[in-house]
Amino acid sequence: MTDPKRRILLQGSLAAGAVGAAVGTGLLTPRAVLAAWPESAFTAKQLDDALKELLGTNTYEPSDRVKLKAPDIAENGAVVPVTVEADVEGIDSISIIATGNQTPLVASFNLGAGALGFVSTRIKMAKTATVVALVKAGDQVLSASKDVKVTIGGCGG
Amino acid sequence: MANPIKMRAKLKGEVTEVKALMSHPMETGRRKDKATEKLIPAHFIQEVVCTWQEKEVMKALWSGGVSKNPYIAFRFKGAKKGETVQLAWTDNKGESGSAATEIK
Repeated sequence: MTDPKRRILLQGSLAAGAVGAAVGTGLLTPRAVLAAWPESAFTAKQLDDALKELLGTNTYEPSDRVKLKAPDIAENGAVVPVTVEADVEGIDSISIIATGNQTPLVASFNLGAGALGFVSTRIKMAKTATVVALVKAGDQVLSASKDVKVTIGGCGG
Repeated sequence: MANPIKMRAKLKGEVTEVKALMSHPMETGRRKDKATEKLIPAHFIQEVVCTWQEKEVMKALWSGGVSKNPYIAFRFKGAKKGETVQLAWTDNKGESGSAATEIK
């Protein structure tokens, strides 16, 4: 005859094993959270998807408080200088988009305390398209855009 | 150092303008090598962090859509002449580079 106490002991150790396994998998999750670079936003082929991933919204409002400087004609699409200036309080980020690129989101600049609404960089443009600057400040996203004619595409291939 | 960074920080009034030029191929991963017809693997800077007084003043998140040998300029308030600004980048292969300059 089997001892009933031995059965209880077995069940108890099995339950403890299951708890241990749950903790073990739980420990693996924080590593995924650490990934800061928003890969899904940068690899999105549709602008709407990229913006939802990056800013949490795909709606933005054109504003004359955002100034975007880019050439009318870019002879070399591999190097298009872009400057964004925004006269807005409490800017969280400034993002630059080239609508004609395979992945439209080019760059996003998160501004810390003390940083002014100004960034300048050089981007690649695959073809003639609209460059859009998005300025996120709290709940609002303001924009400015400019058409840039590209004579030689800059994304190769 | 394999990846030198040219960096300058200049104070005008109460605004410091930082300008930096990094040396990096910025490959998107979609470009073909003309000789071998093979795709050149993606190799681009993903993050550029600029710090002043141990505070993060600016953090740029980039795709391969930023031009080769990337240029960046931005402005911030609060710094004094003689203080140091640091800049550090990390690319998709885990390589990194950094530089520091004195505000003039």
